Amino acid sequence: MSALEIDNVCKDFGTTRVLEEVSLAIDSGEFLILVGPSGCGKSTLMNAIAGLEPVTSGRILVGGEDITWRTPAERDIAMVFQSYALYPSMSVRGNIAFGLEMRKVPKAEREAAVERVADLLQISHLLERKPAQLSGGQRQRVAMGRALAREPQIYLFDEPLSNLDAKLRVEMRTEIKKLHQRLGTTIVYVTHDQIEAMTLADSIAVMREGRILQLGTPDEVYNNPVDKYVAGFMGSPSMNFIDATLQGQAGDYRLHVITDGEEELVLPWPAERETPALAEHVGGTLTLGVRPEHFAEEDARLGDRAEGTLLSARVSVVEPTGADILLQLPLGDGEVTARVGPDCRVRPGERLDLRVDMRRGVLFAADSDTRLA
Amino acid sequence: MDSVIRSRTPMARVWRLLLHATLLLAALWYLLPLAVMVLTSIKPLEEIGAGSLLALPENPTLAPWLKAWGSACTGMRCEGMSGYFWNSFAIVIPAVVIATLIGALNGYALTKWRFKGAELLFGMMLFGCFIPFQVILLPMAQTLGWLGLSSSRAGLIFVHVVFGIAFTTLFFRNFYVSIPDELVSAAKLDGAGFFRIFWRILLPVSKPIIVVSVIWQFTQIWNDFLFGVAFSGYGAQPVTVALNNLVNTSTGVKEYNVDMAAAMIAALPTLVVYVLAGKYFVRGLTAGSVKG
Repeated sequence: MSALEIDNVCKDFGTTRVLEEVSLAIDSGEFLILVGPSGCGKSTLMNAIAGLEPVTSGRILVGGEDITWRTPAERDIAMVFQSYALYPSMSVRGNIAFGLEMRKVPKAEREAAVERVADLLQISHLLERKPAQLSGGQRQRVAMGRALAREPQIYLFDEPLSNLDAKLRVEMRTEIKKLHQRLGTTIVYVTHDQIEAMTLADSIAVMREGRILQLGTPDEVYNNPVDKYVAGFMGSPSMNFIDATLQGQAGDYRLHVITDGEEELVLPWPAERETPALAEHVGGTLTLGVRPEHFAEEDARLGDRAEGTLLSARVSVVEPTGADILLQLPLGDGEVTARVGPDCRVRPGERLDLRVDMRRGVLFAADSDTRLA
Repeated sequence: MDSVIRSRTPMARVWRLLLHATLLLAALWYLLPLAVMVLTSIKPLEEIGAGSLLALPENPTLAPWLKAWGSACTGMRCEGMSGYFWNSFAIVIPAVVIATLIGALNGYALTKWRFKGAELLFGMMLFGCFIPFQVILLPMAQTLGWLGLSSSRAGLIFVHVVFGIAFTTLFFRNFYVSIPDELVSAAKLDGAGFFRIFWRILLPVSKPIIVVSVIWQFTQIWNDFLFGVAFSGYGAQPVTVALNNLVNTSTGVKEYNVDMAAAMIAALPTLVVYVLAGKYFVRGLTAGSVKG
């Protein structure tokens, strides 16, 4: 039995359909992240789970029970809002205890819950303050405390970190992960930040235009994207897309890429990554997807033992990030980004030999953006 | 120490002096009527006949105030303003409280529990702000008759509440629009219902707009004469009606000092309300207009 099951949910606002037959299920203790660009329907789906928006059709089940038409109060769900939505007139203590008070929990139990949660989140010293007297990070903690105090079946997080500055965001991210590991709670978490999605999730649902494009583990979504959109959305810097024509036959496919206008670059497609779908596209144009880290600087010491296909290109921009260096190189019609080690001494304008790991590349149909191999 | 950097040339100083002098004169000019009223109200009647309006009283006396309060004639009765003064409070306080409460509930429902036609309903309620009092006199008299409330204090309160709701709804609706909906969503998930959310979450943050609503309603209703004279019964007439009767009662010599004292008694409560809550009034009117 799933902790949460969404069954064919559709949602219309007037004549626009914002959720299109969304279905998913998560187990108890699972951390699900809904990720996608703004307007993809992820917040609407969240509100539907919370009961703040009625769905047009479909069912929502929590612990096997159909809660589609229950009021938010009748669902055993807590939510952390992007704006925190702390009750301004109440102290932190009042904020955390409010949900329990509304559910007629005895005062002694309420006090115990507040103490427990305050301890957990290290906000015991703030309990008597009003929200206006707290910093952004502290408000964030109180908002989480309010959700934790009730010990609901499901926690919803609606972009909880997007109002924090970069450093605090990373800290809180780790803290949320720790909390989840400690408490084993079931969480649905909405974000547009794909790094948050990768780091926190047990499973990721990538959404676009009201549909779930892919639902899978972070590893699946990152390394085995279902289409070009998912591939481009996950990862930073994002995946490079290179147009190429497919030549050869099964067992010996080659991708022909035009570089610098005159010389042609031929990349053999590894036999172990062949799929039957490729046969129909021989002679046609495909899009090759290669992530920046799939490039590596040619290491002369390895000689013939080096893996990957050798190519050489003129570096146009060098961007050191500290941990490594991002290079911009013209390849095919546009430029690609390659991530190399911090010791690379190449300067803009110079030629550099690189190896690209084709076994980790992916192929999409150029017209439909669907995955071919 | 003032906090403005300004030029300090001799010419600039002259201009400043001129500016301040003008402002001072204007202030005095506006204070003049009040000064005349106060001065007249503490002069014996003989002095008023003899001296100038602005002359200081030679034998100041509180007798006109006492007479206006306790024994001046308002029409047939000669019991002063005191009874009517309390009458006014008995009308104003319930009317203000009820209209403010209903306005707050309306504003809350219109913004946080949006329903089909909410905007249209609000637009129609706004219409109530533009209806002149005179237009509704006859229909309202008819309605009060049907309700069995004609010529009673309850009837007058009812009229003021009905008229006030348009304004109070406008105030609260515009105030609650600026309060994030997520607060209400959070409270819903916490298990609170319609009235609980209103009472525990919205009302405690509504102080500035409550003050605006109270001041507005208080001055409107306290200063109302037309409804007071048309709909109140004989025993429930407000202070404004009494003032009119007192000034228009003509038996013998016109007692200007008593008239002035009575006028000031009638105006005092609104003044007190402004002084006590004035700073919240401005704050409330501008609340939400600037992102805080």
